[in-house]
Amino acid sequence: MSNFKTLTKGLLKENPVFVLLLGLCPTLGVTTSAFNGLGMGLATTFVLVMSNLVVSLVKNAIPDKVRIPSFIVIIASFVTIVELVMQAYVPALFDQLGLFIPLIVVNCIVLGRAEAFASKNSVGSSILDGLGMGLGFAFALTVLGAVREFLGAGAVFGQKVIPGDLMLVFVLAPGAFIVLGYLIALTKIINKTK
Amino acid sequence: MEYIIIIISAIFINNVVLAQFLGICPFVGVSNKISTSLGMGGAVIFVITLATIVTWLVQMYLLQPLGIQFLQTIAFILVIAGLVQMVEIILKKVSPGLYQALGVFLPLITTNCAVLGVAILTIQKDFNLIEGVVFAVSNAAGFTLALLIFAGIREHIELMEPPKVMQGVPIALIVAGILALAFMGFTGIV
Repeated sequence: MSNFKTLTKGLLKENPVFVLLLGLCPTLGVTTSAFNGLGMGLATTFVLVMSNLVVSLVKNAIPDKVRIPSFIVIIASFVTIVELVMQAYVPALFDQLGLFIPLIVVNCIVLGRAEAFASKNSVGSSILDGLGMGLGFAFALTVLGAVREFLGAGAVFGQKVIPGDLMLVFVLAPGAFIVLGYLIALTKIINKTK
Repeated sequence: MEYIIIIISAIFINNVVLAQFLGICPFVGVSNKISTSLGMGGAVIFVITLATIVTWLVQMYLLQPLGIQFLQTIAFILVIAGLVQMVEIILKKVSPGLYQALGVFLPLITTNCAVLGVAILTIQKDFNLIEGVVFAVSNAAGFTLALLIFAGIREHIELMEPPKVMQGVPIALIVAGILALAFMGFTGIV
């Protein structure tokens, strides 16, 4: 597969959220606004790229039997780094995302890519794969956040475009499920017509 | 009284799945049949309770005295992964019947974020050990309840014919949304 394809397959064709249905917990939990979605997406992208990089570097040194626990330790280390950095430099966003930052550890996308891609491929393509999947994830979260923010608060990235109260339910828990349901159906249509 | 408030708010008001979005993957993945949901629910109750006790002890007697709370994420996920493996091995030896019922779900539970989530929440809320256990059990019960209701509805959806693009996950998510809406009715009870 060409490098370009490795990088872009995560956006629509193999989008981790809309098509593969991985990592749904943070997807639903943090996307009350487009900005939160983007922040979470970028934090996950960093962890994905770094863990893919390290896993592909050490893949030959790890015995097959203990590979999953080793991958988890690698991932957890980078999650801790993200946690500390965000707490120090973007405390407001850190508070908003809350519990879901440490929960990047158990995001199935990260472990899934380490196991399915990075443990079998070269360093270069593993980084590209992590970047592509991460950006696909960030894209999905931003879209979901933007739709919910627009329908629920009439705003885009915090800028109010429609005055007054809108359908508040879309910012609350039920809206997350409903919007994601429609977005997955939409992705199905788009991927079919291509 | 305190315990009753913890129980009610964990099961109904702040339901792990429908309000806090933890454990969505198994919620969507294994909720096709009521019987499998029961098995999954049982395994989750078991593991969440055990994991919360062990991680609470690790936090109080290892991380805090040494002043290395920043290693919480790494320590907890390792403890949980190890615990799940151990439970699997012990169950296989001690109670093959239970292993048959829960076994397939156990490996899936390591990456169920409800387990790590509840463990971290217990620490964040400053619960003592007993409150922590009550909190863990009621959260797991809330998870099982949501899973069972959802599975029951999905069994009925199987018999209907939604529009083609909505079939499968999209319609299931919209049902989950309506279910979450229903659970919002519990807000304000305590």
